[in-house]
Amino acid sequence: MQTQEEISHLETTIHDLLLEPKNQGASAADAGLSIDTGLSVNARLGDVETIEHHCSQGLGVTVYFAQKKGSASSTDLSPQSIKETVTAACSIARYASEDPYAGLPEPEMLATECKDLDLSHPWELAAKDAIDLAISCEESARQYHTDISNSEGASVDTYQGIRVFGNSLGFLHGYASTRHSISCSVLGERDGNMERDYWYSVARKHQDLESAERVGIKAAQRTIQRLGARSLSSRKSPVLYSAEVANGLISSFLSAISGGSLYRKSSFLLDTLGTKIFPDFIHLYEQPHLPGALGSASYDAEGVSTQANKIVTDGILNSYLLSTYSARKLGMQTTGHAGGVHNLCIGTGDKNLGQLLKKMGTGLLVTELMGQGVNPVTGDYSRGASGFWVAQGEIQYPVQEITIAGNLKDMYQHILAVGNDIDYRGNIRTGSILIEEMAIAGE
Amino acid sequence: MSNSALQLAKQAILVPTGLQESSIHRVMDQLFNGAVDSGDIYFQSSHYESWVLEDGIIKEGSHNIEQGAGVRALSGEKTGFAYSDKIDLSELLSAVKNVQAIARQGQTAKVALPAHTHVPQLYAPINPLSSLSDQQKVDFLRKIDSETRKLDARIEQVIISLVGVQDHILIANPGDSLAGDVRPLVRMNVSVIVEDKGRREQGSMGGGAREDYHYFLEQDRALGYGQEAVRQALINLDAVPAPAGSMTVVLGSGWPGILLHEAIGHGLEGDFNRKGTSAFSGRVGERVASALCTVVDDGTLQGRRGSLSIDDEGTTTQCTTLIENGVLKGYMQDKLNARLMGVQSTGNGRRESYAHTPMPRMTNTYMLPGESDPEEILQSVKNGLYAKNFSGGQVDITSGKFVFSASEAYLIENGKITRPVKGATLIGNGPEVLTRVSMVGNDLALDSGVGTCGKEGQSVPVGVGQPTLKIDALTVGGTNV
Ligand SMILES: [Zn+2]
Repeated sequence: MQTQEEISHLETTIHDLLLEPKNQGASAADAGLSIDTGLSVNARLGDVETIEHHCSQGLGVTVYFAQKKGSASSTDLSPQSIKETVTAACSIARYASEDPYAGLPEPEMLATECKDLDLSHPWELAAKDAIDLAISCEESARQYHTDISNSEGASVDTYQGIRVFGNSLGFLHGYASTRHSISCSVLGERDGNMERDYWYSVARKHQDLESAERVGIKAAQRTIQRLGARSLSSRKSPVLYSAEVANGLISSFLSAISGGSLYRKSSFLLDTLGTKIFPDFIHLYEQPHLPGALGSASYDAEGVSTQANKIVTDGILNSYLLSTYSARKLGMQTTGHAGGVHNLCIGTGDKNLGQLLKKMGTGLLVTELMGQGVNPVTGDYSRGASGFWVAQGEIQYPVQEITIAGNLKDMYQHILAVGNDIDYRGNIRTGSILIEEMAIAGE
Repeated sequence: MSNSALQLAKQAILVPTGLQESSIHRVMDQLFNGAVDSGDIYFQSSHYESWVLEDGIIKEGSHNIEQGAGVRALSGEKTGFAYSDKIDLSELLSAVKNVQAIARQGQTAKVALPAHTHVPQLYAPINPLSSLSDQQKVDFLRKIDSETRKLDARIEQVIISLVGVQDHILIANPGDSLAGDVRPLVRMNVSVIVEDKGRREQGSMGGGAREDYHYFLEQDRALGYGQEAVRQALINLDAVPAPAGSMTVVLGSGWPGILLHEAIGHGLEGDFNRKGTSAFSGRVGERVASALCTVVDDGTLQGRRGSLSIDDEGTTTQCTTLIENGVLKGYMQDKLNARLMGVQSTGNGRRESYAHTPMPRMTNTYMLPGESDPEEILQSVKNGLYAKNFSGGQVDITSGKFVFSASEAYLIENGKITRPVKGATLIGNGPEVLTRVSMVGNDLALDSGVGTCGKEGQSVPVGVGQPTLKIDALTVGGTNV
């Protein structure tokens, strides 16, 4: 197979590259290489608007002179450039300070067996067929309702990539992966006010994508539902985060328990290992080896093997997310989280979104968030929001130009339910999350 | 065209790759063999370095080289685009083949462009990376660290970053000689964590310019960042919960100008207006702000982070009036959208790199000063919020809704600043918010050179600025309902 040949070739490149730092006096090194190719088309108002051909490559090297670290990267993979990149990393390392915690992972932590995770399913898609697909996606959105007045178009994207990583402890591995998506964004207009919304589907196998028609219809439905949105008066009320925005709550938690935030003391969850962050029914676990999943990986960004982890059980924090460096700083051992989590899942209840609306009774369903608005040191949270006002478990009308605010520590303690309507489109897989009470500010 | 920048760009890009200028002309001819209206080739060679100090030690440094060429073909509203990390003739010719697929059948309308007139050089074609030796860079960071730590016993953590970029670009446009630019950019940031009686807070301050590293040594700028970061963090230690709801808001001068960037700037970019997807579409000539407001986008400010001598399509930048005395005057344009709307490019065609297509983007966006004394503005407010510093923002250009997040804010009670409040998001409607501006200060300030704008996945450096502003009603997203 051609891809396999290319991987072997790049593995050889990395193998040879790793000899160079030693020649220049370095005691250890790691290096990664990536090549990505792709096609991206966008159609708008029934005709193709852009065709983009992607082809990019990159090389990154980190060297250690005992405990002094330097890095360099380049988009030029010629032998001359590789040598210069290593030299640049070495020259920087000489000016770095001795850092007792710097260095490669302990050899026994490195992945020894890299299973085939079924990540590569190239889509032989001609530009013309991609255009037709995008046009049909947009068309189903535009025909959905007479209030759909304009469009930002529909896109079809397909990417193939190869990654190879190695270090001077002998770790060397490469793999191929693919990623395809269909997305659509349309505008609606009513009473002189315009609204816009979108939908997308993403998968490693193009057969797993939602149909172009379905993506278009969902985009149109979401836009139409927003028409006529108004603000709310300021109040306190329950807030239900729909699945596609609930992952933000989880990612704030993950960054607060990541080693970098902890040793820098820039986390609102310092010294919380073994304590109760969430209610009893919350379980967060990681499944890094799920075949074909978007977040799957056999090893982390340092080559450390990834494990199925139970990060939160019965609401109690079992494990921080550590890299080799942050683990050493904290006097612990790496958990294989250099570069983040892999397929983070949440244990769900038996309720779908409709049942959660019933459980909430009266409150706010949030379907979009705006701005950053999270203070990572204190957990103070305040973000722009739009969605729907809900009464007696039924959606009443769309709302916008409001903010929702609280403190994450408090919000985590007061999660009332997690829906089974899981959004599988990312590395964090969660359903809708219902929070007992937040402050809403509006007109 | 400043010859030195063009010559240096040619030297940096063509000499090492062995590409001849005549080959570029050949590629352009090939590109226009197809039925395309216009097109360009963008060559880039970029050197970037960063140094990070943390826990009192130089923890790491990195050096990065990015180079390549992007080929674009335009036909009506259609764009074909391909790029390569290799700058050589065969790669360029294969990119041309790819992008020509976009061309319509049997239509050729080559656009003749005016030849380049004199382009003022807004920054020297220097290499910031070599303006200090590596030893000097790390010594400098250590010095700022130790002086910052001396400022207060409650400082727990100091993180300092120093970044330098030198960007060489060459642009081939049809019927024109090559345009080129050498763009220096430096950026420094100091962030601190303070702790007192179990409560922790952060503060952060930085700056930058199209200069070399000496910029941070001048006027004790770097130490100033440390002082400001510590001051902000200590103030936030005492912050009480922020109010919630609509109230009078006084925005400080300088960086709070991200209000303008989010509330109106993005909505006035040509692509959204050509497509009719912006809340400002079709509204030129209408009143969209109080008569006190005049807002410009100015790419021509000497040495500023958002400034460019030429944009990424080779157009000379300019100062574009967006709103004059409250009336919407015009949009920011790149070539594609200008052509389709029957106007001239305003020099706002920008791209993150050769691997991205240009779009209309802001440069330095700010409001001109008014007549009020900032003190008098505060005194005029009975109860409200004074928002002095912000962290970032976002806008939905279609509905016009925008947010920006205050990182330092105070209650105003009876015309006086009283207690600091916790950070909160402010939310409003772009076409409405400036109509509620009732006072404009005489203290126009531009930000310190820290802005980065994201649009459709592309990041570019920008600037913002404004005088102190009073907005009669804006929703503040605190917890104190
Ligand atoms: Zn922006």
